[in-house]
Amino acid sequence: MLEVEDLRLSFGGVLAVDGLSFGVGAGEIVSVIGPNGAGKTSAFNCVTGFYKPTAGRIRIDGADVTGRRPSLIAARGVSRTFQNLRVFGEMSVLDNVRAGTHLWLRQRVVDALLHTPRYRRSEREGTEEANKWLDFVGLRGDRAGLVRNLPYGEQRRVEIARALARRPKLLLLDEPAAGLNHGEKAELLDLIRRIRDLGIAIALIEHDMGLVMEVSDRVVVLNFGREIADGPPEQVRGDPAVIEAYLGRDADEAEVEAAREEVGGARGE
Amino acid sequence: MSQLIWNGLFVGSFYALVALGYSMVYGIIKLLNFAHGDLYMLGAFSGFAMLGAMGGLVRSSSLVALFVVLILTMVATGLSGVVIERVAYRPLRGAPRLSLLITAVGASFALEYGTRIVAGPNPKVYQVRLDGTALHVLGALITWQQLALMAVSIVLMVALNLLITRTRQGRAMRAIAQDPKACLLMGIDVDKVISRTFFIGSALAGAAGVMAGGYYGKIDFLMGFIIGLKAFTAAVIGGIGNIPGTMLGGLLLGLLESFGTHFVGGQWRDVFAFAFLILFLTVRPTGLLGERVTERV
Amino acid sequence: MSDTVQDPPVKPVKGRGPTFVTRFLESRHLGWAGLAIGLLAPFVIATPYAMDVMTSAVVFVMLAVGLNIVVGYCGLLDLGYAAFFAVGAYTSGVLSTELKIPLLATVPAVIVVTVLAGVIIGGPTLRLRSDYLAIVTLGFGEIIRITANNLSITGGPSGIYGIPGLFGDATSSQVVFYYAVLLIVAVAVLLAARLGRSRLGRAWRFVREDEDAAEAMGINTYKVKLAAYIAGAVWGGLAGVLFAAQLSAISPASFTFLQSALVLMAVVLGGMGSTPGVVLGAIVISLLPEVLRGLADYRFFAFGVLLIIVMIARPQGLWPHRSRER
Repeated sequence: MLEVEDLRLSFGGVLAVDGLSFGVGAGEIVSVIGPNGAGKTSAFNCVTGFYKPTAGRIRIDGADVTGRRPSLIAARGVSRTFQNLRVFGEMSVLDNVRAGTHLWLRQRVVDALLHTPRYRRSEREGTEEANKWLDFVGLRGDRAGLVRNLPYGEQRRVEIARALARRPKLLLLDEPAAGLNHGEKAELLDLIRRIRDLGIAIALIEHDMGLVMEVSDRVVVLNFGREIADGPPEQVRGDPAVIEAYLGRDADEAEVEAAREEVGGARGE
Repeated sequence: MSQLIWNGLFVGSFYALVALGYSMVYGIIKLLNFAHGDLYMLGAFSGFAMLGAMGGLVRSSSLVALFVVLILTMVATGLSGVVIERVAYRPLRGAPRLSLLITAVGASFALEYGTRIVAGPNPKVYQVRLDGTALHVLGALITWQQLALMAVSIVLMVALNLLITRTRQGRAMRAIAQDPKACLLMGIDVDKVISRTFFIGSALAGAAGVMAGGYYGKIDFLMGFIIGLKAFTAAVIGGIGNIPGTMLGGLLLGLLESFGTHFVGGQWRDVFAFAFLILFLTVRPTGLLGERVTERV
Repeated sequence: MSDTVQDPPVKPVKGRGPTFVTRFLESRHLGWAGLAIGLLAPFVIATPYAMDVMTSAVVFVMLAVGLNIVVGYCGLLDLGYAAFFAVGAYTSGVLSTELKIPLLATVPAVIVVTVLAGVIIGGPTLRLRSDYLAIVTLGFGEIIRITANNLSITGGPSGIYGIPGLFGDATSSQVVFYYAVLLIVAVAVLLAARLGRSRLGRAWRFVREDEDAAEAMGINTYKVKLAAYIAGAVWGGLAGVLFAAQLSAISPASFTFLQSALVLMAVVLGGMGSTPGVVLGAIVISLLPEVLRGLADYRFFAFGVLLIIVMIARPQGLWPHRSRER
């Protein structure tokens, strides 16, 4: 499905990703973990075309997409969510999810200008699809209202529904559990499994170790832009290199430490 | 040939002076301040008003009078820039870029037609004309007044460069351009620094306005429009947000226009300049000295 | 007032139901109501001067609706919109006077030329940050005006005169011409509104809201922005044809930055992205000078101040866009 080979990315001399290789097979859930600043999101941004990698190859279904623009990679069947929630705030919930239908909705400009039967049919289809995915993610709230009026957790659902309406083969989720409470996390776990059951492969960046260990088929661990482990959750959990880099302390402490690192980083700049 | 070069450098130093304000404001809050050209116009008019108030004093020593007026005008336009930022731009910090741009257009309109209400629609003639004997240098005709004005421009630009590279104030400006949020956390008064940036940029534009009034002799309320566009072009050529780049861009644009006018005719001068802007944006949008930036997602 | 105190406190209702006003504002029949007003107007007042003002207002509506595609739907600031207006007016003016053909016959050529102009300006600049577009379009507006001023085929500063009417004869009655313009513009408004509610129109709004998220959903933001820019160019060019037909003489003085700024003002004031709002805004802006004759000097100053106030206090404009969900 997705193959990343020897990926490198540097920002003005600083190596954010340094020779990363990993793959995601069809219908597989792969988690990418690592301390803050390990290069996880940078790697995701390379895969989805938002950053141009300095070196390395990215293949989707065998086709080389390295350095292509994001929309082209999306057209190849890749969909994503963003770490810091990128919904279209001033648009309705339904419109947000309709964004996902853009690539496959059969409608030409002429159809729209003349309101041909094809226009009506495609609009109806788009709305049905949007409603279907909103049901699937279990959105609570007004679907005709503006997204920015929804609570944060519901906005996350809208973002996932939007990504699903793309009908992707591969879905990249960037910290989907961030900012969610305990109950919402349980629902997310269930949602991720249901997405996998649809046959969609998932790549997941997540800090919540409980969630990662529970849901993943495979875990890739990054540190300083390098891959230090790749395997099933149980194996990774016992890997001495991983324990040393990351899991030696329990997750909560790691988060505190990570936050400290972040503050230190900001001061250094 | 050397005449063309001299003319280009002379006009270019005006462009550079106005472009600096554009570039500084853009560098620090990423706003295209459309009203900037109008501050140049405002400078010319406030200079005109001050010279009028001085009346008979002027005649005796015009260069000294113009110098005093220059300083006062810089303060006045600088303060106007601060007020515009405070009233029109600050409430919109963090708003979509489109809103800010539209506000800037509004500010430009208000300045132009506000001046028209106060000063009337007809062009005004400056009371002081600088004239002097001409020199021949390498075949180019250079007048003393041109030399004096250019010297003032150079002094102002050097002073600005020292301010930005050598002082705490300048360091704070550069820091805010990098990351305003981090600056806030580090205890830098971001609002104050932005205000000062507007003050300096506007003061430079005002200085250019007075000098243009004294040199060309005629001013009107729409004079800032074209120079604003030209200054932007200069800033883009040099690398917007980059101070030495902007100065270089101003001089280059002056030279380009000077040669362009010579070869394709004066009536095409502005077309030539703007076509060059579009060409430059296509080929090298970051400008000659600007660095390539990766915007983070 | 005492009995209100005894009433139990009203619980805040989430998402209040549609009132009569909001239902009316979202009604599909609103367009028909607007058209009816336009059709009936000559029965109220039909002096030559009034007809002239009304025709100008309707042409201005077309301009505003076209700019709304660019600014309102797609969020791209075009400060040289009058350039497309000029390109359309000059193309049809030159062709019709040189070839002695009716203005309507020049429409295909006008569309081709405006699309080309849109591609030439939008092509390179739409790849850049959106604020560069604003200033490049400003420069483009000047380039077009100065070019028209300098060339001999466009008649230099005095322009082109003796342009035939829409159907070939310049002598047809003002009222007939008004109705022709009204119907053409009504269709143009309808088509622009339909574009806004299509797959492409949604893509424009996604780009306006968040370019990265739109890209991630497979929308080629560059192509989509170029499409908006070209659509705006065509609308502006066709408005130019109507303008040439109305005045039968055009000169560079009609296509200054002031004209572009007025159209922008109409769009911003009415409500960016909202078709009824923009139509209303255009009518207000074009009729205002007739109402406020004495204040001509203060008009543009007030416009400038108003732009700032609208952006700070009510960025969605007088009549905001509402999505039509159920």
